[in-house]
Amino acid sequence: MSHVVIFRATLRRELKLLARQKADWVNPLLFFIIILTLFPLGVGAKPNLLREIAPGVIWIAALLSVLLGAERQFRQDYRDGVLEQLVAARAPLLGYSLAKITAGWLGSGLPLILVSPLLILFLGLSTDALLAVVLTLLLGTPLLSLLSALGAALTLSADKGGILLALVILPLYIPLLIFASSAVEQASFGLGYQAQLAVLAAMLCVALALVPIAVQKALKLNVG
Amino acid sequence: MLFEQLDLQLSAGEILQIAGKNGAGKSSLLRILTGLSEPEDGAVFYRNVTLSQSADDYADDLCFIGHLAGVQPQLTALENLSFWRACFALKPADDWALLATVGLAGLEDIPCQQLSAGQQRRVSLARLWLTPAKIWILDEPFTALDQSAIRALTALIASHCSQGGAVLLTSHQAVDIPGYQVRQYMLEYRW
Repeated sequence: MSHVVIFRATLRRELKLLARQKADWVNPLLFFIIILTLFPLGVGAKPNLLREIAPGVIWIAALLSVLLGAERQFRQDYRDGVLEQLVAARAPLLGYSLAKITAGWLGSGLPLILVSPLLILFLGLSTDALLAVVLTLLLGTPLLSLLSALGAALTLSADKGGILLALVILPLYIPLLIFASSAVEQASFGLGYQAQLAVLAAMLCVALALVPIAVQKALKLNVG
Repeated sequence: MLFEQLDLQLSAGEILQIAGKNGAGKSSLLRILTGLSEPEDGAVFYRNVTLSQSADDYADDLCFIGHLAGVQPQLTALENLSFWRACFALKPADDWALLATVGLAGLEDIPCQQLSAGQQRRVSLARLWLTPAKIWILDEPFTALDQSAIRALTALIASHCSQGGAVLLTSHQAVDIPGYQVRQYMLEYRW
């Protein structure tokens, strides 16, 4: 059985699950929206201050909302014994992992990108900055999904995996947070931010090449 | 240490039942025999080659259904089957007819979480009708099944063995396979 076959089957299965369990993608999205709408209310009528902290706020909200659903990614297949049977049959777990990561991004990354232009209005950012937010989210959310899948796979058999998961992957999120919010900040001053985008793209490429392999190994380790 | 000095052999056409009290290590033994866990000492041989060397051949010939059913509860029986088809090498068959065979006619389109424990077990065991694997390792396959399902499963096991397959299963009850002598291996409970 090839990786492509299992990738397609797993992706189809995960999309069906997303359609059936709407809470899985609605909850992180709501969380993101709530943070971004409450922030201006909390800060008060200080548009300049709000504009200054907006890049950081948007990215921290994105990061936390992806983290919210991360733990569940492989948990159910582990509990139901699906993973056990896949490992025993030596099924190609790489295709399975990649499909899981892709579905994870479609469920928790893509919705953020789609709603972000609306939310920028709350924070008073310019159109240049808005474009920068969308571009950094486009490059950054796949990276978030990859890293959170890695954390979820590593902490799969841990009893209270949630906190451990956060501890494992938050340090990996930090470079992404720095470069992404710096890009948005530059853009809001009307400066170029191609360098930051290039760094984000490079990080994404490295993660895309390495993380699925690490996820696959971690899954085997946790089941075996 | 759960067990030591264990010597088991399973030949083609044979049915072996691992019996023993709760906690005697039946499931742990099965995990070692499927290659999911490594034994502390000793080795498992398949066709005179250790599992670590023959892992791929062995996995191709093995169908393992553990005490966890491996059924995704939000998906229907049909959807679970079509996922397994992509993951495991299964014989082509009509899934609707197969589900009718295992007694799930009319329940094909219902998410498995709404089925009873026995019906979920039937979904998971449906894979046995499709697998070309020679060795079946089944952990408590008869749990939660009713009489008619047990009859269907024992008949399937008998026909599998008559075609040169081998079955290793755990069960607390006596296993009665029509026309076959079930060899029993008793694991002692120790701690």
